[in-house]
Amino acid sequence: MNAPNYNFAYLNEQTKRMIRRAILKAVAIPGYQVPFASREMPMPYGWGTGGVQVTAAILTPDDTLKVIDQGADDTTNAVSIRKFFVKTSGVATTEKTEDATIIQTRHRIPETPLTENQILVFQVPIPEPLRFLEPRETETRKMHALEEYGVMHVKLYEDIAQYGQIATTYAYPAKVADRYVFDPSPIPKFDNPKLNDCPALQLFGAGREKRIYAVPPFTKVKSLDFEDHPFEVQTWDLPCSICGAHGSFLDEIVTDDKGGRMFVCSDTDFCAKHQDANS
Amino acid sequence: MDAVLKIEGLQKTFTLHQQGGVVIPVFEDVQAEVAAGEAVAITGPSGRGKSSLLKLIYGSYRASGGHIRVRNKSTWADIVTAAPHEILDLRRSTIGYVTQFLRVIPRVPAEIIVAEPLLDRGVDEGEALERARQLLAKLNIPERLWHLSPMTFSGGEQQRVNIARGFSAPFPILLLDEPTASLDADNRSRVMDLIEDAKAAGSAVIAVFHDENERHRVCTRDIALN
Amino acid sequence: MNTLLSARDVGKTYGRRVGCENVSFDLHAGEVLAIVGESGSGKTTLLKCLSGNLQASSGEVTYAMRDGRNVNLASLSEAERRLLMRTDWGFVHQDAREGLRMGVSAGANVGERLMAVGARHYGRIRDQSEDWLSRVEISKDRMDESPWAYSGGMRQRLQIARNLVTSPRLIFMDEPTGGLDVSVQARLLDLIRGLVRKFNLAAIVVTHDLAVARLLSSRMMVMQQGRVIETGLTDQVLEDPQAPYTQLLVSSVLQV
Repeated sequence: MNAPNYNFAYLNEQTKRMIRRAILKAVAIPGYQVPFASREMPMPYGWGTGGVQVTAAILTPDDTLKVIDQGADDTTNAVSIRKFFVKTSGVATTEKTEDATIIQTRHRIPETPLTENQILVFQVPIPEPLRFLEPRETETRKMHALEEYGVMHVKLYEDIAQYGQIATTYAYPAKVADRYVFDPSPIPKFDNPKLNDCPALQLFGAGREKRIYAVPPFTKVKSLDFEDHPFEVQTWDLPCSICGAHGSFLDEIVTDDKGGRMFVCSDTDFCAKHQDANS
Repeated sequence: MDAVLKIEGLQKTFTLHQQGGVVIPVFEDVQAEVAAGEAVAITGPSGRGKSSLLKLIYGSYRASGGHIRVRNKSTWADIVTAAPHEILDLRRSTIGYVTQFLRVIPRVPAEIIVAEPLLDRGVDEGEALERARQLLAKLNIPERLWHLSPMTFSGGEQQRVNIARGFSAPFPILLLDEPTASLDADNRSRVMDLIEDAKAAGSAVIAVFHDENERHRVCTRDIALN
Repeated sequence: MNTLLSARDVGKTYGRRVGCENVSFDLHAGEVLAIVGESGSGKTTLLKCLSGNLQASSGEVTYAMRDGRNVNLASLSEAERRLLMRTDWGFVHQDAREGLRMGVSAGANVGERLMAVGARHYGRIRDQSEDWLSRVEISKDRMDESPWAYSGGMRQRLQIARNLVTSPRLIFMDEPTGGLDVSVQARLLDLIRGLVRKFNLAAIVVTHDLAVARLLSSRMMVMQQGRVIETGLTDQVLEDPQAPYTQLLVSSVLQV
């Protein structure tokens, strides 16, 4: 059902062109934060207004859209955004990673490997990885321009000095194509290796901060680390309690108020597929 | 003997801008020549500029006219016209200056203060400290004080630390401003020994003494300021 | 002796108001130059022009780079200038909050300059931080504290450690002891004096305190209303001041 009051995918064509230009520039300069004229969207900031605008700008009637929130297709944010696009564009939707052509995500990369025919759109709250140490935008832009990234390691240094290890577990900074340091949005660092050399185009949209950036297909993405404290991802001793998969990213679920808990896949599509295969 | 210092037509006046621009003449035409290995006394009534002459030679005061030529190895420098860097260079290697007043720096131990002129020349720290300790011992500074800042030392002890500092590195030209004033007889004679040693080692000594006997003991000539 | 930094007719005007004008001097390696004068005399403006934090309106400043080239600082690209400031130069501010990253630990403050030039080995960065903190008399059990937990004197010492860790050849200091207790000042001055000697550092120290100038510097420039009115060896300027203003300045110092 396509609500007739709206242009296809909500945004007007001029706005989409403006966003596409920003996306093209972002793809041309991997990891560089391109400013764009972010629009007011019919949802609050923090709900993925950046990702929604990027998706709206690249969506075609033939696309199949998947929307996930922390890996799940069935949480409020994912459901709302999926319904939004169904209502404004009438595109097909899916929960299956391999069937989607565009996947909008909040804070995860699907466990199922992506392909060259897919685009992954990230919702980004704070695009500037240097913001933690440098509040001035004029200064952070200069630091990017001059590749002054020593300060990024200051953050990691602080982690090790205080916790004995790099305690940053999400939004873990990485360097794209040996040039720009970027914030991969609050995905767990578990997903950072998937950014590297990924066949799919990865687009990042920050609505409130008005920035778009990109990792083109098959681009080198290197997570920052120290020689004596190399980058490592989280591991779990036990498999997923539901599907029994090893090596996927697990969420902890508290099951009662007596300390009972279980660990299950955060990627609901992956978990369901794995259950089917087992049964 | 070869001259190492030649003073020609030296003039000095002070203009006191804070007191209505009054001009105080100190001297108008000082002439002198001092050779290596000799000691010369600056004499004259009090207030006639004996200390001022030493300060002019050292470059602390600026001459109003004339020349103060100093032999620096094979060349001659004129303190009156020399650039600050040249004067600093001369002070490091050529002109030493000993007063009775120690400029105490908080927290710097006595032995380091004494060793500094050597350290400035790049002498190895161990060697410099060795020489410093010898001098402190010779000037009767108790060993327990060597590691302390002279901040809390008595006036006489501070004075002796300063003298030790003045003699730690050999200088071709040595300026002494009443080095023995207010010392006891034993320490005086030790300072006199140091002066004799410096002279024997070839230093040209230009000194102001308030004690006639001491003056006569080391100095062979006078530069009289009248 | 080799000239490290050379200023020729440096001036800075703000519209019709003069910040400083016609300043020329040469600074040699390992030499400490004090710039003295009262508030508003233009000494901080001059320091900023010399260190490239402010663009001079006239004149030029040349610097002998580590590779031996003499470069006009105005001709450096911003990237080169910023690299120079992070490696071969240091800047000690009167207000430590300007010179430190207050949000991270003392150890990280010192380590930052190393990481900025490519150090990527945590253990070695930490060892070097610890070494430099101990040189400025900050014990290692305080290296993971934030500078907010430090006293004023400690913050100044931390600034110095942060600057010296890359073995710079030139340090700019703007009233380094301003606002500190007298006893804390003495310790800091002595420390600076020792480090300058040990590492053959050149320094340009802006101060209104003649005692600080006397203790640290071998040469002095006296400024009044944006102009240099007297220069010379420190003892020359203090013991035989020539200009009326310098005589006033020297005679105004209280004797203890």
